Amino acid sequence: MAQALKLYYDFLSPPSRAVWLALKLSKTQFEACPVALRKREQLTDEYKKINRFQKLPALVDGSFHLSESVAMIRYLADKNKLSQQIYPKDLETRARVDEYLMWQFRNVHVPCGTYFLKGWLLPINGLAPKPKPEVVAKLVKDVETSLDLLERFWMNDDYLVGDKLTVADLSCSSEIEQLRLCQFHVNERQFPKVAKWLERVRIASKPYNDIAYEFVNQKAKQAAKL
Amino acid sequence: MSSHLASLVGLCDGQDTPNLLNIISNSFRIVQRQSTKLKSQTMSSLKFYYDLMSQPSRALFIIFRLSGMQFEDCVVALRNGEHLTDEFKLNINRFQRVPCINDNGYKLAESVAILRYLSAKGEIPEILYPKYFAKQARVDEFLEWQHTTLRLTCAMYFRTIWLDPLLTGRSPKEDKIEKLRMHMERNLDIIEQVWLAKSEFLTGSTLTVADIFAACEIEQTRMADYDVRIKFPKIRAWLKRVRHSCNPHYDAAHAFVYKISGTGPQAKL
Repeated sequence: MAQALKLYYDFLSPPSRAVWLALKLSKTQFEACPVALRKREQLTDEYKKINRFQKLPALVDGSFHLSESVAMIRYLADKNKLSQQIYPKDLETRARVDEYLMWQFRNVHVPCGTYFLKGWLLPINGLAPKPKPEVVAKLVKDVETSLDLLERFWMNDDYLVGDKLTVADLSCSSEIEQLRLCQFHVNERQFPKVAKWLERVRIASKPYNDIAYEFVNQKAKQAAKL
Repeated sequence: MSSHLASLVGLCDGQDTPNLLNIISNSFRIVQRQSTKLKSQTMSSLKFYYDLMSQPSRALFIIFRLSGMQFEDCVVALRNGEHLTDEFKLNINRFQRVPCINDNGYKLAESVAILRYLSAKGEIPEILYPKYFAKQARVDEFLEWQHTTLRLTCAMYFRTIWLDPLLTGRSPKEDKIEKLRMHMERNLDIIEQVWLAKSEFLTGSTLTVADIFAACEIEQTRMADYDVRIKFPKIRAWLKRVRHSCNPHYDAAHAFVYKISGTGPQAKL
């Protein structure tokens, strides 16, 4: 029997959720290996043997170890482990998904990731003081710039690329949903297309979405009470 | 037009000389126009928009040349803001950046997406970008890793030390330069210690697109007077190998970088 595919992940990491959801939605069997970022389990020597960069997610297929989520998606698609809808095979549709996945680094991942880090992760773990209001305002402004770009360039159809859910949607929504921990909510009047699209993605990725976001939802509620 | 042609082959009479000359020259122009149109159709339908001052533009330029790919050169002068016009936004790239392509009407931005698209079309040799599974995944892993690490920090260093002072006339403070240099060197260190730990090239024993993208990013820092060779002996040797494997295209792509930095590839800083 072939060795099981292993995914190392944490539901607090946006690319972890995207790859986990892509596998689940494709009905692919894999061994789920959670690594707790909050306990800094990714920094252990043991984990370094799994992923030399000590980041999440990581994929292990037999003796082949891979980091970086887009590389994983492409590898899994090559091995027929992903549905054709999640990562399309058609040349031009795939290139458009690839275009988004590269575009998002600078335009979505950096602003959303920075806000998450400075607005929630570091202060909640006592690694940095709570950011001052003017710092928060700047972080929010960068995220809004990002949402504005999404609204203008990527919301012409029901999903980011065409009329079906792809890994581009999973990746993008994952970055934005996480900001609920910072008490950030997408303003429906300011970004109507993005708000509707987020809802569409939530529904299209059920029931797995509820599992992947259980922790975010729970913590967001707790944080709202503070 | 049919009457012009008819007169040319002598099927018409009664034309006086000046008129005939006119007709001949007009018809000549038409024929000429048709032949240029024909030429560009058979030559290449792929338009490549780039500026050699941009790192990913240089990387694709080198990759296309090494692949022997036919393409139409469409130089976009970033320094003149040619990418910021409405026309560029509407007809060339909605994100208003280079590089980008137009393949027979299909517009695509983002260098890595362009590379993958052309590879899927069979335009990039497998030795430069492996086609399947583990081999390609290792190259993909690098291309993604470098985005928020090497690319971001080298570009920030270049921008703050070279570009911003040029635009604003103000020099950055020493402690800011120091901080940016530290961030950049942390990633250069990962290249030196992890990616180049066991192999001649970043993802194995032969040159791939990963090496080309990385080298173009690192070369950019020359213009900000940074010499990567001093602290990183493995990177120094690897850069030589990359240049050697890509030449003459590597030097062609870096002509501006050499000129602006005042350092040729052989120069000792």
